[in-house]
Amino acid sequence: MAVAGIDVGAKYAKMVILKDGQPEILSQGMAECGFDLKEAVEEAFNQALAGANLSRDDVTYIVATGAGVEAVPFANDTVSMQGADARGAHFLLPSVRTVIDIGAEMGRAAKCDETGRMVDFVLNERCAAGAGAFIEAMARALEVDLEQFGPLSLEAEKSPPMNAQCTIFAESEVVTLIHEGESKKNIIRALHDAIAERNISMVRRLGVEKDIALVGGLAKNVGFVDAMKRGLEMDILIPEEPLFVGALGAALIAAERSAPAPQ
Amino acid sequence: MAEVRWKSKGLDCWDQAKQLRMDYYKNYAQAHEKGGIRWAGSAWAFSAIPAGLGEDVWSLTGEPYGASVAWNKDFAAQCHEAAQAKGYARDLCAYMRNYWGSILLNKYVFGGEWPEPDFNWTSHTCCSHAKWYQVASELEGGIPTFAIDGSIGPYDELDENRLTYLVDQMQEGIEWMEKVTGRKYNDELLIQAVYNECRATSLWAEICTLNKAVPAPLDEKTMYSLYVMGTLMKHRKECVDFYTVLRDEVQDRVSNQIAAVATERFRVITDTQPPWAFLSIFRYMESKGTVSIGSLYTFGLIGIWEVKEDGTWGPRTPPEEGTITTREEALRTIAEWTCSRPEWQHFYSPELKTEMLKRIVKEWKVDGVMLHYNRGCEGLTVGIAENKLGLKEAGIPVMSFEGNMGDEREFDPERTKTEIDTFLEILGAR
Repeated sequence: MAVAGIDVGAKYAKMVILKDGQPEILSQGMAECGFDLKEAVEEAFNQALAGANLSRDDVTYIVATGAGVEAVPFANDTVSMQGADARGAHFLLPSVRTVIDIGAEMGRAAKCDETGRMVDFVLNERCAAGAGAFIEAMARALEVDLEQFGPLSLEAEKSPPMNAQCTIFAESEVVTLIHEGESKKNIIRALHDAIAERNISMVRRLGVEKDIALVGGLAKNVGFVDAMKRGLEMDILIPEEPLFVGALGAALIAAERSAPAPQ
Repeated sequence: MAEVRWKSKGLDCWDQAKQLRMDYYKNYAQAHEKGGIRWAGSAWAFSAIPAGLGEDVWSLTGEPYGASVAWNKDFAAQCHEAAQAKGYARDLCAYMRNYWGSILLNKYVFGGEWPEPDFNWTSHTCCSHAKWYQVASELEGGIPTFAIDGSIGPYDELDENRLTYLVDQMQEGIEWMEKVTGRKYNDELLIQAVYNECRATSLWAEICTLNKAVPAPLDEKTMYSLYVMGTLMKHRKECVDFYTVLRDEVQDRVSNQIAAVATERFRVITDTQPPWAFLSIFRYMESKGTVSIGSLYTFGLIGIWEVKEDGTWGPRTPPEEGTITTREEALRTIAEWTCSRPEWQHFYSPELKTEMLKRIVKEWKVDGVMLHYNRGCEGLTVGIAENKLGLKEAGIPVMSFEGNMGDEREFDPERTKTEIDTFLEILGAR
């Protein structure tokens, strides 16, 4: 028997299946969210089931999290995104006390205690300028492959000033910098620095407490990670699979909630 | 749905409250038909003073009117569009834009055409109040307007000079009203209105004090329909009478452990005006076993308080009948009384708001605080970041959410519910 956690974000649905009774990851699945979130949930679920060689009946308890939690009507329970992040990151990296999650359209952070329980949280302002969707828009504007966006940033010689408070205005600033003859590498670094600054401002409202973990899609962007480290002036821990941390946290909470009450 | 833990029932005086409010708006609209006078101004205006013009003087206070418009989403949208089309930016006070929009559309949210006042009588403490009735007067073709500058600092710094500054303006205002209306001013009516206002605002504080009980006899959403009488007619006998009935009923609920919310397990408070078009967020919290037992706003906008012998907050003792005998004494009494209003204090320092919130958390047995970054009211929102830090330093769980009291376009209900869910998870009310 098994339990599962599913994180339905703006860009991907991620599922993690745990062995019931033990915090052992059996499998995980991921599908891109299009217009039909339920379809993505089904695909991620089926992938994860196939990976663990399980049937649906074998999964006894499911906890859902994420912006698209409504697309998981079969979930037994839900948990907040920050609560799931805190639990998942702490499980993988027990020294973590602050978790920053930058996904496709949202930035958020949570503080947790020594057990992985969330004790405080913060959410970004109502704008995607500090999240992954912004990077995608800028990659298109600069005609750079998204996979190259991070590595190119590390080759920059400088970071020209940029406000980038809004995707629309940032694109305008990028155009200006191009006309001024600035290199793409430098512009990309400036963009990373600008969004890192936004997110660091958010985290500082929460209060920075070591160790810090970065999860979510942008944790895979080495240019952004570098900007965050420089901005925070401290090291940041990145889990091996940063996109799955929320789903893992939800799965751990599923294991906890499905456990029989002590006699 | 959370577990039912307490017995609960609605208020017996609920219909009386609804009727009183509707009568207020009707009486204002129909005042001229009965030979009466209409004045308009902020709910923060010294409303006892125009009462000296006669018993047929009816008021329309701007903020509760703006909130009533906000509750009517379609009409609010029309008002905002009308104000914006006239050139007034959308980041101005949302109540004010609802009010100006009503003038521009010539529509009264309670039906019929916009009922122009005979004069505007207002006060300036917040920056928006300073322009609200100046612009309203212009839009209405030059309605006579008198405003009292109330920005004289926090209550703990009040001295005779500052008080005299207020009272002198009031004296001048009375002479002005006599000229504008052609009526002779009646000091006896003023004195009675001052007694009424002191009693009504003390009674409201007493009612809020009863909410220290567990389970809370009142919830914040219900309190909105009750405190409003103090924003409409705090100087009138009807307000004193209603709050007396309400106080007795709430006392009875405390004695019999009748909860406002049957699921009460966790208690929170908010700080300022809510997003009026989305009061359903309070019902959402109730479904999770959480009740908002009030706010600094509901307690402190109308309630007048004092620190009791045991160091706790309780209703301020009103002046006894017969102790005020002259116009000067009446004006001085109401000026001093009003300056102690909690909701006025944090215009001067966010620390004062933090300290009041901490007091409420402690005395009302509150588990967490929800702060509203209210884009519709800069005056009461400024300093929230500092309030948040101060509450955190005191070890009090706190969340903030973005919204707008009067412009629904700036409130995201789903996002706010997500934030509330996360916050309740921290409180343990998953």
